[in-house]
Amino acid sequence: MAQNNGQSNGKGYQAGVKKYADTYWTPDYVPLDTDLLAVFKVMPQEGVPHEEAAAAVAAESSTGTWTTVWTDFLTDLEYYKGRAYRIDPVKDGSGAFFAFVAYPIDLFEEGSVVNVLTSLVGNVFGFKAIRSLRLEDIRFPVAYVRTCGGPPNGIQVERDRLNKYGRPLLGCTIKPKLGLSAKNYGRAVYECLRGGLDFTKDDENINSQPFMRWNHRFEFVMEAVHKATAETGEKKGHYLNCTAATPEEMYKRAEFAKSLGSPIIMHDFLTAGFTANTGLANWCRENGMLLHIHRAMHAVIDRHPMHGIHFRVLAKCLRLSGGDHLHAGTVVGKLEGDREATMGWIDTLRESYIPENRKRGIFFDQDWSSMPGVIPVASGGIHVWHMPALVAIFGDDACLQFGGGTLGHPWGNAPGAHANRVALEACVEARNQGRQVEREGKEILTEAARHSPELAIAMDTWKEIKFEFDTVDKITA
Amino acid sequence: MDVQPYGPTPRHVETFSYLPQMTPERLRYQIAYLIESGWSPAIEHTEPEKSMSNFWYLWELPYFGEQSVDRVLAKLDECHRANPGHHVRLLGYDNFQQSQGTAFIVHRAGGGPRASNVSGAR
Repeated sequence: MAQNNGQSNGKGYQAGVKKYADTYWTPDYVPLDTDLLAVFKVMPQEGVPHEEAAAAVAAESSTGTWTTVWTDFLTDLEYYKGRAYRIDPVKDGSGAFFAFVAYPIDLFEEGSVVNVLTSLVGNVFGFKAIRSLRLEDIRFPVAYVRTCGGPPNGIQVERDRLNKYGRPLLGCTIKPKLGLSAKNYGRAVYECLRGGLDFTKDDENINSQPFMRWNHRFEFVMEAVHKATAETGEKKGHYLNCTAATPEEMYKRAEFAKSLGSPIIMHDFLTAGFTANTGLANWCRENGMLLHIHRAMHAVIDRHPMHGIHFRVLAKCLRLSGGDHLHAGTVVGKLEGDREATMGWIDTLRESYIPENRKRGIFFDQDWSSMPGVIPVASGGIHVWHMPALVAIFGDDACLQFGGGTLGHPWGNAPGAHANRVALEACVEARNQGRQVEREGKEILTEAARHSPELAIAMDTWKEIKFEFDTVDKITA
Repeated sequence: MDVQPYGPTPRHVETFSYLPQMTPERLRYQIAYLIESGWSPAIEHTEPEKSMSNFWYLWELPYFGEQSVDRVLAKLDECHRANPGHHVRLLGYDNFQQSQGTAFIVHRAGGGPRASNVSGAR
């Protein structure tokens, strides 16, 4: 008879509790190309051997439970079980280790990151034998990638639609984030766009509050977008936030945005959830709409170095679920982000094949097949002085968003936008000339400011503001 | 400097249209960058009032395999002289991405820098 799950060793069904490692620790296993691979940072409870803790994670995130059950014998658990196949130390002196687990593809519903996450980061994260647990990376097999919709448009289609080439896109989040009336809000949008930005953005907190109902906002904002487009001769957009309390309401707002001629809408993928996000991405694909994704709540999940889910995993899941832009940190601004790690997940968002690179926290080769890429969005506490570094770090396929760095300009939004655009183009030009943009940033901006008082005054305003704190989460691989 | 009013919105033509008009010297660098990136140079032009269209007039065919900055410069000049009232832009077709690696304005109809739009500087 089959030795399913190793429970019986030929002796038939025996009730009781077995060591997880007997069944789920398989160091000789060679992962299949179709396996979904995951790596967890595991901090076991004292006295729990590493193999047992790793096996417990594999078991509890796949077919296992705490005791043997007779129904295990009704299926081929050798085929379905997850396998812990490798253990690496974490080089931070904490006593934690990396556990690599391979899951057969049939454990997961096609095209459902919801289902993948429910398995991989479900019960196991509250498991008592583990003190803390962090999902560091996932390798999605190509066979699974091909079942997901992915970004509704992708980087090239967005560039073609908007006619913007050879430079990063430029945006701004409208502030104050709460409290403006729809018409005053539209004014702020108009000023930014006519000054030279490509996009403005609803703050994530803006949904449909009493001070500004969503439909009023959409109407005034779209008048501003259309007017700025006609005046500048450049295509403009505003991320109309369609995040809502129910999917029905979300689709209603998306439809209205489309009816007003908006080229782009926005969604918050973590607070609204992957089901809503995947549905909205599908709607965008069918309706020729760009989709900007915000990531409120991510730091709750990804910031602690010992517990939770690393952002690179959230980014991969978003790429599968669907989104054309995703906030990805700035490295240089007010929010957390180590440079190498950030480069790792930026590659993960944009490239079609990303090789393993432990220095960047990339644990597996990831092949995205023909799935379109996502534009990373750098936003949060950045201003003109950061422009050289941002252009050097992100390259062209990025959206740089200056909120305070546009609206806080002493002469207003339009000159603020203009200053950013001049700075951006000056840095791109210098980079293309082969200059070291980061090192020569000051000279490049100073030169450009000679032709633009807008930029000169912006440089004068923000020269002293820096955000130099060490990151909480460091690469330990 | 006191608060400066931002003037009526000027027309722009995408990448580098917020910098002073390209000089031949600056242009050489950008053409060299385009060629070094492995892209195919191509020239387009249009009447300014039609600049919003995705499809400008293609000046000859894209110069596939062109490696000479001088020849691209000469072609840009040729297009500009034949269409003095038109915008002329240079693009780099990227056949790997199936898109354009870059596209930027070279000759702006009406000329004039758009590097500033505040009254003090105009």
